[in-house]
Amino acid sequence: MSNTHKDYAGAKLGMWLFLFTEVLLFGGMFVLYAAYLHEYRADFHVGGKQLDVVIGTLNTVVLLFSSFAIAAAITFIQQGKKKLAVNFTYLTIACAGIFVINKTIEWRAKFHHGIWPDSPHLREMSHGENIFFGLYFLMTGLHAVHVIIGAILLSVMVWFMKKDVINQQDFVKLENAGLYWHIVDLIWIFLFPLFYLVL
Amino acid sequence: MSENHEHKHHILSIKTAGIILGLLLMLTAITVAVSRIDLGFMNVAAALALATTKALLVIMFFMHMKYESRFMQGIVFLCFLILAIFIGMTFFDLAYRGG
Repeated sequence: MSNTHKDYAGAKLGMWLFLFTEVLLFGGMFVLYAAYLHEYRADFHVGGKQLDVVIGTLNTVVLLFSSFAIAAAITFIQQGKKKLAVNFTYLTIACAGIFVINKTIEWRAKFHHGIWPDSPHLREMSHGENIFFGLYFLMTGLHAVHVIIGAILLSVMVWFMKKDVINQQDFVKLENAGLYWHIVDLIWIFLFPLFYLVL
Repeated sequence: MSENHEHKHHILSIKTAGIILGLLLMLTAITVAVSRIDLGFMNVAAALALATTKALLVIMFFMHMKYESRFMQGIVFLCFLILAIFIGMTFFDLAYRGG
């Protein structure tokens, strides 16, 4: 199989089709959020006030920077600057690590205050607040899972670059991993104001 | 014929990527600042408008959509249109419920 057929456009299209399912997966949860916000406006406000805006903002900056880093890595691989491409991918993975550490600190603080899904303290709160924190754990949790999967995916890309599977001529794998990473960032762009800054 | 890409691949310059990052960080600062002022319902609208602007910047430049084929742009648009219909229809339902 020395002359393997490569379909660049097909690979890109396939990735986007997968990303559409991700958009609709989170889209469903955003609809749920919006519907309950409509019903429990005041409770959501009280719930949002209990989240840490500083950590939320910090994580936003980390993810935006990581999105830039992976975009830069793709530029560098296309320019044949492999070393820089590898280093910027490492930088993106490091950002993913910082994000997950921050998220862990944040969730631990919540657990410490007796707030976790179906905790006794949460059940004593108003119905709307209970729903707010339910959605908070579900949506930021599922998002964090995506961050971890993204970091693993990017680690594989580093390995591919070192093995020359990804190079200046054939870089669609890195581009597609980058697309996945941007979607993770995209979802956070909406999660951040909806949960941390309500309203 | 199949060894080469059919058309030349556009490479996003580091400078452009840097400018986009700067804009995204600026919009984040604005998002946080605006949320600290009580504008009632306008807070939600402003937050979503700013988030959508940020999302567009990411999709157009970082995700390269500005430089993709019309076909790709079309299906991405369609996907978000479906999401908008999904959310829109839910709100038609919610807004006109009795009680």
